[in-house]
Amino acid sequence: MDISIIHVTLFVLAIFLGIELITKVPPTLHTPLMSGSNAISGVTLVGAILAAGHGGNETLINVLGFMAVALATINVVGGFMVTNRMLAMFKRKD
Amino acid sequence: MNPNIIEIAYIVAAALFILGIKGLSKPKTAVRGNQLAASGMLVAIVVTLLNSSVVSYEWIVAGAIVGAIIGATLAVKIQMTAMPQLIAALNGFGGGASLAVAAAEFIKSQPASGTLAQLTDHAVGGGMGTFAMIATGAAVFIGAVTLTGSFVAFAKLQELIGGQPKGFPGMKAVTAILLIGSISIIGYLTVDPTQTQLFWVMVAAAFIMGILLVMPIGGADMPVVIALLNSYSGIAAAAAGFVMGNSVLIIAGSLVGASGIILTQIMCKAMNRSLTNVLFGVMAEAGEAMDADEVYAGKVKASSPEEVAMLLETARRVVIVPGFGLAMAQAQHAVRDLGDSLEARGIEVEYAIHPVAGRMPGHMNVLLAEAEVPYDKLKEMDDINPTFEQTDVVIVIGANDVTNPMAREDKGSPIYGMPILNVDKAKTVVVVKRSLSAGFAGLPNPLFAKDNTLMLFGDGKTAILELTKSLSD
Repeated sequence: MDISIIHVTLFVLAIFLGIELITKVPPTLHTPLMSGSNAISGVTLVGAILAAGHGGNETLINVLGFMAVALATINVVGGFMVTNRMLAMFKRKD
Repeated sequence: MNPNIIEIAYIVAAALFILGIKGLSKPKTAVRGNQLAASGMLVAIVVTLLNSSVVSYEWIVAGAIVGAIIGATLAVKIQMTAMPQLIAALNGFGGGASLAVAAAEFIKSQPASGTLAQLTDHAVGGGMGTFAMIATGAAVFIGAVTLTGSFVAFAKLQELIGGQPKGFPGMKAVTAILLIGSISIIGYLTVDPTQTQLFWVMVAAAFIMGILLVMPIGGADMPVVIALLNSYSGIAAAAAGFVMGNSVLIIAGSLVGASGIILTQIMCKAMNRSLTNVLFGVMAEAGEAMDADEVYAGKVKASSPEEVAMLLETARRVVIVPGFGLAMAQAQHAVRDLGDSLEARGIEVEYAIHPVAGRMPGHMNVLLAEAEVPYDKLKEMDDINPTFEQTDVVIVIGANDVTNPMAREDKGSPIYGMPILNVDKAKTVVVVKRSLSAGFAGLPNPLFAKDNTLMLFGDGKTAILELTKSLSD
């Protein structure tokens, strides 16, 4: 079986799982959900690392790789930190 | 490192992401959920760095340092009122990252760099295979649309450009041509994947399309746009995952894509509009049919903080309705102080949150949480609507369209059918507002002219501070 089919399967199942998970998030947490999911979508960093670290000397690929790593890192670092900052405010009055 | 170990680590990372989002289903478990997701990210990053195809680190380190500094600065410095802008920017960066990853893979697969091409599973020296090419096209196209679209959304929210819908005759046709052209180019590239010029033409078309898609959308519809761009950034990441053949990218991207889609649906439902209607704006044109002077003539009663304070003194139940004006005036702390002094007098205080109050889903909740209002006092629309009849005073701060009774009563109104907060059922409604100007929808609000409505004109924060002061005098 082609590996692509397995990937399409993963994609479809993950979409359904995502819908199940997200419908349980209360409206009060929708903003942290968006910033948190932004951070998770920063997992593009994995692809970016593979692109930036391929070791070739073609400038265009290196520049694209650098941009991808920088942008994805902003999402990961900024996303998780700001989500944490917001959620700490929700927790305070427990 | 053994490829199987890498794959297992990716599944662990994906599981941590899922547990992380699950944690977000309750405020109590949410912090831990976010930490679980972050640790999943760490796992994914570390094993990727150990991947044998990663042979040089200088570009990675440089990018990571730049990104971490910018990301951390944004996260620490951003004001809670500016959160919609930050989310818009992050959506754009996510799209941009997926675009850059897929473009780099495409360039790598070109025959000119044949030896490098063998490093990836998909590249075959003479360009990409059909499946990889479609995935690359999708990642690049959606990533580019997300990047420029988010940039426009950011500019609108930051008020670098006006919030009103902008366009030109034939804009929809141009957008359609760009879309069809881009899809055709992707189709052609699956036949001849060495056409790099065409590839860049497609990227340019997608950039323009992102701008054209968001420009015509007005400020009131920004919650929908942000949610939708959030979804796009996830789908672009999933597409980049197909390009790289990377499972954790596919799973995480799909989760985020699904999240954005659901938030988009919730926002559309809260405005009683379809997504097509929001994106291609039928509403903007119908707005001016009603004459504001006719609605308000001689019926609007201006009040003073002293008068409202007297009303509040005898009240038993008060509901506060925040809107975007609260964020504009940075009035969240002032509102909390008012709530505290009311509660000190034994008055029951609750907050009514309309799903599209503010400019992104959950915006009001975050602002009030920042001011340390306990989250169990924030009530959703369906829960609080039946209680307005037993409410003595409703204080509306900077909210307009979400309280407009025309949505309930006037079948000809453009907002007819939109679920609203039925504040007019309360004994007295106090509306804190700068002037009688219309809300985002461009409509007059008959609520302001009702017998039981008092207008408290002025800046939201100043008005609330004066109100609290009058109450304690």
